[in-house]
Amino acid sequence: MVRFFEDVRTVMWREWLVLNRRLGRFIFSRMVTPILYMLAFGVGLGRAVQMNGGSYLDFVVPGIIALNSMNISFNSVGSPLNMAKLYHKTLEEYLIAPITTPAFLCGKILAGAVRGMISSLIIVALAFLFGANLALSPIFFALLILNCLVFAALGAVAALLMKSHEDMANFSTYVLVPMSFLCGTFFRADHLPQGVRLIVELLPLTPASHAIRAAAMQTAISEWWLIAQGAYLLLFFGMAHRLMEQIRRE
Amino acid sequence: MIELEGLVKAFQGRTAVNGLTLSVARGESFALLGPNGAGKTTTIRILTMLLRPTAGRVFIAGHEVGQADNAIKQLIGVVPQHMNLDTDLTAKENLWLHARLHHMDKQAAGARIAELLAFVELSDRADEMVGTFSGGMKRRLMIARALLHKPQVLFLDEPTVGLDPQVRRRLWDLIRRMNAEGLTLLLTTHYIEEAEQLCNRVAIVDKGKLLALESPRALCQRLGEFVVEWMDEGKTENRYFATREAAAAYAGSVQYNTAIRRTNLEDVFVEMTGRKVRE
Repeated sequence: MVRFFEDVRTVMWREWLVLNRRLGRFIFSRMVTPILYMLAFGVGLGRAVQMNGGSYLDFVVPGIIALNSMNISFNSVGSPLNMAKLYHKTLEEYLIAPITTPAFLCGKILAGAVRGMISSLIIVALAFLFGANLALSPIFFALLILNCLVFAALGAVAALLMKSHEDMANFSTYVLVPMSFLCGTFFRADHLPQGVRLIVELLPLTPASHAIRAAAMQTAISEWWLIAQGAYLLLFFGMAHRLMEQIRRE
Repeated sequence: MIELEGLVKAFQGRTAVNGLTLSVARGESFALLGPNGAGKTTTIRILTMLLRPTAGRVFIAGHEVGQADNAIKQLIGVVPQHMNLDTDLTAKENLWLHARLHHMDKQAAGARIAELLAFVELSDRADEMVGTFSGGMKRRLMIARALLHKPQVLFLDEPTVGLDPQVRRRLWDLIRRMNAEGLTLLLTTHYIEEAEQLCNRVAIVDKGKLLALESPRALCQRLGEFVVEWMDEGKTENRYFATREAAAAYAGSVQYNTAIRRTNLEDVFVEMTGRKVRE
């Protein structure tokens, strides 16, 4: 067990070395999209729109945090791991080392979640600058961490599954982009037609949007949202584990 | 030290390795020689647990591959054909990552990293990003990385492919020094000279099958140590002889311009397959 945690720490240590070297660039690049979202949807559109009698900015910021943490966590694991598998072949260094698949995946997913969290904290800070009202409670941050873990794990699944960088880009286009807009981020999912809504409610970003917004607005958090996110995390981790073992058994 | 028993690897109907059986003794320097597509890299990937065999068994230091992989991973070092260094890290960080993945003691790892960087003559570049390194420097760093956890067996897959002749000879010196220190070496190559210069024994493989396995000298002696070569209507003709005198006597009887030279492994391969190693 001690060795397992040592191995997780080793994988994270490598990711931290890389992030630390680019921390400034990482932070500034992560500010661009949320600023644009907040300007467009929060300030621009938001002035003309009210949501349940409240400010649209207050409504949309938790959605932006949810979608941004999804994108950053996914891409922090997905692209580099896919490149390491297909192009740089650096995944082999881990495959020929005495390190278990769960330790490797935990290290990568936790490191991806750390990047997602850094990025989310930047948005929270920006949101306050834009005048949003958010209740920052421990449950808010716990939900955010859970969302980062879910999508970092999905990034690992996509990276290990996809056979080319183009396939990775397609995965983002067909899976992440629709979720970014439909999963209760910019508007309530119950405004969607019934059939579409049922599908949207099943997608992993929807419970995250609902729960993070509920925490930020201090309304009730359904335990089903937490169960759904937890189930997705286990599912994606299991899938990534299986794919990694398939690579080992080629 | 290394035992292969009836090793087979098939990929969707194509058999890359076809019943390979051989053994490598402790401290030996052993080459798998053959053209591209002979199954050399596939064999080395099975030996280093990056591929699973379709059939057959592999033992390294008495441990069976597939049964005791973690024990084997501590005993082997791998220098793959392609550059797989982490270009987001410095040379020293690449070595530290390897040391940590192999659970080395921190103090021992620090000393070993310094020692190996000196061994591969990269001490002055230790803190530079490996993306800025030349091909030869990257290959030397990969060798240092493979040696870091003190393996008993080192696998080198085409260790000098794509390098210029000067760098190649420098790497040969390095490989000879490692073998002189007792390390068992198994390398794949399609360079005849490399196999002749570096290895005690050579396995000639083609289309996944073992064609011959002996010392380079014994393989050449099979044909005769000297060869008389001449061109006849644009086609190279040759005949082999046990002694230079016999070759010289025969050359005198040929009506074309002839050359007498020592037989090499390329001749052995051509005689066995009708093709050149690089075809």
